[in-house]
Amino acid sequence: MKEKLREIREEAVKRLEQVRTSQELEELRVKYLGKKGALTAILKQMGALPADERPKMGQLANEVRSAIESKIADARREIEALAMEQRLKKEALDVTVPGKEHNMGHQHPMYIALEEIKEIFIGMGFTVLDGPEIELASYNFDKLNAGEGHPSRDWSDTFYFDSDSRVMLRSQTSPMQVRAMETMPLPIRIIAPGRVYRKDEVDATHSPMFHQVEGMVIDKNVTMADLKGTLNTVVEQLYGKGTKTRFRPHHFPFTEPSCEMDVQCHKCGGVGCPTCKGEGWIELLGAGMIHPNVLRMSGIDPDVYSGWAFGIGLERTAMRRFKIADLRLIFENDVRFLEQF
Amino acid sequence: MNLSRKWLREFVTVDANDKDFAEAMTLSGSKVELTHDLGAEISNVVVGKVTSMERHPDSDHMWICQVDVGKESPVQIVTGAWNVHVGDYVPVALHDSMLPGGKRIERGMLRGALSDGMMCGLSELGLDTRDFPYGQIIPAALLNDYHPLEKDKPSIPADIKPGDKVFGPVVCAKLLEVTPQEDGSFHTCADIGGATVCPDTCCANLHVGDLAAYNTKTDSYCTLADLRAQQAEFPHCIEDGIFILREDGMAPGDDIKPIINADDSVVEFEITPNRPDCLSVIGLAREVSATFDTPITLHEPQVKGGGPGELTELLDVETPAVDLVPRYTARMVRNVKIAPSPKWMRERLRAMGVRPINNIVDITNYVMLEYGQPMHAFDYRYVKGGKIIVRLAEEGEELTTLDGQVRKLNKNHLVIADETRAVGLAGIMGGENSEIVDDTVDVVFESACFDGTCIRKGALALGMRTEASAKFEKGLDPLNTFPAVQRACELVEMLGAGEVVDGVIDILNFVPQPRTIMMDPERVNALLGTDIPAEDMYKYLARVEIRTEDGSIPSGPAQVVIPSWRGDVEGIADLAEEVARFYGYNNIPTTLMLGQTTLGGYSPEQKLENQLGAICRACGYDEIITYSFISPTCYDKIRWPEDDPRRKSFKILNPLGEDTSIMRTTVLPSILEILARNYNYRNQNVKLYEVGRIYLPGGEDGLAVENRVLSMGAYGQDMDFYALKGAVEAILRDIRAENISFQVPKTPNPSYHPGRCADVYSGDRRIGVIGQIHPIVAQNYGVDGELYCAELDFQQLMNVKGADPEYTPLPRYPAVTRDLAIVCDAGITVAAIEDCIRRAGGEYLRDVKLFDVYTGPGIPEGRRSTAYSLTLRSDESTLKDQQADEAVKSILTALDKELGATLR
Repeated sequence: MKEKLREIREEAVKRLEQVRTSQELEELRVKYLGKKGALTAILKQMGALPADERPKMGQLANEVRSAIESKIADARREIEALAMEQRLKKEALDVTVPGKEHNMGHQHPMYIALEEIKEIFIGMGFTVLDGPEIELASYNFDKLNAGEGHPSRDWSDTFYFDSDSRVMLRSQTSPMQVRAMETMPLPIRIIAPGRVYRKDEVDATHSPMFHQVEGMVIDKNVTMADLKGTLNTVVEQLYGKGTKTRFRPHHFPFTEPSCEMDVQCHKCGGVGCPTCKGEGWIELLGAGMIHPNVLRMSGIDPDVYSGWAFGIGLERTAMRRFKIADLRLIFENDVRFLEQF
Repeated sequence: MNLSRKWLREFVTVDANDKDFAEAMTLSGSKVELTHDLGAEISNVVVGKVTSMERHPDSDHMWICQVDVGKESPVQIVTGAWNVHVGDYVPVALHDSMLPGGKRIERGMLRGALSDGMMCGLSELGLDTRDFPYGQIIPAALLNDYHPLEKDKPSIPADIKPGDKVFGPVVCAKLLEVTPQEDGSFHTCADIGGATVCPDTCCANLHVGDLAAYNTKTDSYCTLADLRAQQAEFPHCIEDGIFILREDGMAPGDDIKPIINADDSVVEFEITPNRPDCLSVIGLAREVSATFDTPITLHEPQVKGGGPGELTELLDVETPAVDLVPRYTARMVRNVKIAPSPKWMRERLRAMGVRPINNIVDITNYVMLEYGQPMHAFDYRYVKGGKIIVRLAEEGEELTTLDGQVRKLNKNHLVIADETRAVGLAGIMGGENSEIVDDTVDVVFESACFDGTCIRKGALALGMRTEASAKFEKGLDPLNTFPAVQRACELVEMLGAGEVVDGVIDILNFVPQPRTIMMDPERVNALLGTDIPAEDMYKYLARVEIRTEDGSIPSGPAQVVIPSWRGDVEGIADLAEEVARFYGYNNIPTTLMLGQTTLGGYSPEQKLENQLGAICRACGYDEIITYSFISPTCYDKIRWPEDDPRRKSFKILNPLGEDTSIMRTTVLPSILEILARNYNYRNQNVKLYEVGRIYLPGGEDGLAVENRVLSMGAYGQDMDFYALKGAVEAILRDIRAENISFQVPKTPNPSYHPGRCADVYSGDRRIGVIGQIHPIVAQNYGVDGELYCAELDFQQLMNVKGADPEYTPLPRYPAVTRDLAIVCDAGITVAAIEDCIRRAGGEYLRDVKLFDVYTGPGIPEGRRSTAYSLTLRSDESTLKDQQADEAVKSILTALDKELGATLR
């Protein structure tokens, strides 16, 4: 009997080592360990053994059983690993097939530029104001020191709603300066972005409607040096650190001294090229110290307070920022254009 | 404003090259737009002297010339021009030279003869006879150039000989001798068949051997006009040819540029409206002098006078419109000889872009450019009664201006008149009836100062903004009229153009007073953020002739006198700008703001606007920008009824065009236009949004109520009603709006598909509308596909925006789901069914989700199957099947009772 057990064990181990499928494995398990299997058959003969041999033989039989069982377990693991390997192989994908499309919408480039500017000024403690586009000429002109007779009041330049030239489409965001001065407590730090309207025919650089951002600070001891410092900071954030600027005297009715700020031409680095019309500089914005008359008209004492203001054209900023060559693209809204940003 | 640097040199000497000059002027406030180097396009063009010439052996019209160009040996040049003679000085474009227009001249062969360059005509140098009147060429009709119009019917026989009659007194003459004279004319001798005649002529195309048509009666050669011939009959007898130079002190080889004034640069300035004084050579010279800190030399005009007559007897001036005429200055010139003005004056005018006309007109233009003071010259003959009256026009009064236009005037126009009629529009343009003409004898020079606003309005009303009116409207210095009229008279005498009558008529309707203002260096530093010493400030101001009364340089505050031409300097801020300009804007330090810090940021509205944009983009919608103004026909296109009160719009009285003439009261036309444009561009899938304004009448102060609207528009394969609805739901979910419902509009919205349109509500608030655009509306925009739009009122979105979320604990017990397919009348909406389910679902019902809609086989006609997934859950314990079943049972009962719905 002992011999028999040894034979079973050897044969089982040998065959289990060659097993390849789970079906074969199951067949072998039944063959050796099943109710009608070889080992069971042997154990059934245990009763015929002398009593003193039984424990020994029993132990031996158990050893054989567990050896076979462990061999079966090994074989199962191997088969499963093989099956997994084959399944994964089958599941392999062409990873170069494009992913499932998820289309995000795009922000308009002009608004991207505006948002950048807004973020910069909010960081410096500015409040963002909105105001009316259909505006009183008194806010757009008179209270900004551009009295009767100022050429920009002409009907050839500005859109009007009444024959008295009283109600108009604002030609600049500057009336927001007056509205802020009249309603806000001092000190004031605001920017006011928005649409403005001028009677220009549409071409590559003109549009009867465009956008500006107005900025204004009023406080005690505000200086032109502050204006320069602030605007330089803004330009560095917009166009990168080290961007060179220059300030030129200019004229606006509502600021004195007035200036225009140029940035060094990004294309030629200041040497002069067609982009900057050979000047090496590109005009970016107009600014200045708020005219004492303007402060006075809005009830602020110019002997106590001073302030500065600037206005920047947004389309031009966006066009420079994204190298857009034609203003008409901004208002055309072709999705092939919009989706580039 | 253009400035000739040569002219500038009369007043200020600055050595800077054009680039440095432009930069310095720009940085001190006179922005240079462009600098034109007048000679930039000309190189290697010199003066040549023709030493000999012979006819080209292989051509019937060309000449081979030897030209001395100042080198060891002459160069050979072949020309087709016939006005060249031996001894002529001519401009020669040498081999490898450049002419205006980028024309390059190189050595070449012409009919086998070497041509080592080119002799130039006026036009080839970029000039015309206005620059050089003596460059005019008058050709004679040469019979050896005769080409009959009809070959077999020549009017002049081909074998015509000297002495043969051409017609009447005109005979054929053969040139025996042609000698150029100094004044550009020619002494000639010719054989007229046995006899010899020797007429002098100005015809420039005669050479020995030529056959000319000689008029025996007038002793002159005939031109084409004399023969009544056409140009085609004498193809080479033309007014074009080489520019024969008649300048003093030329030598072969000299550069041509100084001779033709191409050695000048013209600087184009952008002059801001506050500086009308800079619209003149002297004004700019002052700025140049201040910028470069070099002295300016101004000249005081000297008039000899002595012309016949007494000014007071000849001329009387009245200015009844006292307020509109601060000053009127006039002088008279008699026995005027109208002629071209001299070369130097013509050159300066041309450089500044003014066309020379005649000496008197040129003088007025010259003085206007030099002094910035518009001048006008009248023909005294037409000043009836010797009286000039500056008055307002009568209503309907007519005047023909110098440009030949009849102008109808009204009571706001200021006119210059004589006793009977208007002879000029004050400050704008003279009248044709008093224009300076070739036989003008006596001239009145007007140098006046008119009210700027009056001139501006007058010019605007007549649509004729002239150079003079553009100056007047900015407000001119009344102290400038006198020196200007003096300068004009000085020039008359200098040019020998007439005799100036003694005396000046000068009416002052204002009291000239020097203006002084307080200069406070400390305040200037405080405004600029600088630390400039007071003395330096006063020195900067002195550069622009702003000085203390005694000319001292104080170290503290002081009164300073403002020059009369600086009307723009009114207070301390203006003085600060003057100081800053010459201290240098770029030398002002850059500092960061001190002072009380303010809290910046967005308002709740701006935050919502940002949020809406972010969601729209997450849903795949691209942001657009549309015009706020639309065409009135847009309301028709979107099918609004004629009497729809929403058509009442702000109307622009002076629009660019009808298409942009009213302020929109709806954003729908704007987004439809952009959808249509993309559709026309064949863009496949388009989703757009904009937060834009509408402009409704009825705001404060007569302004508009400017409401914002979120508009969305889309079309494409993946678009349908529910796709758009899903995006709108996403927006409403994101802003945490509650009780959202989509309801069929109570009255159909004419712009939308009647069966595919819903009003969007949150509770009772109507937020807006979504739907498919009515096919007719789509057609009106040229689109034959389905367009989808939503219009959501921004203020309502603001109103329904939910509070910030508060955390609710996550469920501790599992949920039970039950699917329910029911059948009911197709007309019962999903919203009604869901509402019924929710009401009957009991406390455990957490969610109802539609997952299937079905009509077709198995479902009776007129009914519809909808299937819902119900989620049930208790917060206290795991739900038992029985509890879920009870809820479902209650739902089914309610569905049956309320909606006649049965379980499928």
